[in-house]
Amino acid sequence: MEITAIYYLIPSLIMFACGVYGFITRRNMIAMLISLELMLNSVDLNFVVFNRFLFPGQLDGMFFTLFAIAIAAAETALAIAILVNVFRANNDIDVRDICKMKF
Amino acid sequence: MESLGSIITYWVIALAIVVFSILAVTSRKILRSATYLLFALFATAAVYFKLDYEFLGGVQIAVYAGGIVVMVVFAILLTTKPGENSALLVSRSRIRGLVAGLAALVIGAISLLTRCELFVSQPAMSNPDMKLIGSTLMGSGHGQYLLPFEAVSILLLACIIGGVVVARKR
Repeated sequence: MEITAIYYLIPSLIMFACGVYGFITRRNMIAMLISLELMLNSVDLNFVVFNRFLFPGQLDGMFFTLFAIAIAAAETALAIAILVNVFRANNDIDVRDICKMKF
Repeated sequence: MESLGSIITYWVIALAIVVFSILAVTSRKILRSATYLLFALFATAAVYFKLDYEFLGGVQIAVYAGGIVVMVVFAILLTTKPGENSALLVSRSRIRGLVAGLAALVIGAISLLTRCELFVSQPAMSNPDMKLIGSTLMGSGHGQYLLPFEAVSILLLACIIGGVVVARKR
């Protein structure tokens, strides 16, 4: 058995589909954030696999993943700050209850 | 032809990615869901190590598993009561989610499986050493990444200030 690029891309695709499912069905905002992390992570994995299998010796996919990880960390930190603030104002982080800014 | 150990490692990693991603989005206890996310991130780091990107695997463990998951767990402990289950899903929203997830899966699988260049075997590559990574990160020439590096540092500064301003007590 030979492990080709597709063997890494299919688990990454399943991870992305799980993220989509969780982002739509979950109601807790932290659970939605976790689904978002899964999707971001599968995209990072794709960058690395494409770089390794199609362009070995170049580092572009690796650096894209590096910067994507940094940006994901920044985004998560801000999202959690906002979540804590929403919890303080609303005493709940269910997305169905957060409708003050909707209309 | 791969060695037997490499094939076994691959199947363990692939199974871990699939199982822990599914558990992370279906578990009803939010703290367990964060733990499964941690294991999925570790499996991703294992893929990076297996593909000879050791620096990237280290970054993945340090930033994702060490930083982001800890922040998520802190946020969970601040905002939910312990032992609380999330509410059962309404069947309508579950069907909607399943349709979207399966659509992403099928479209992605079709577009991947019809590309024959994705069935290439793993070409030989030496590990990128730290000297090469450092000069690529800090150089300003062609194919080097000084400008994104500085942009990310400004982004992180803005993020620190934003986090303090948003979460501060009034």
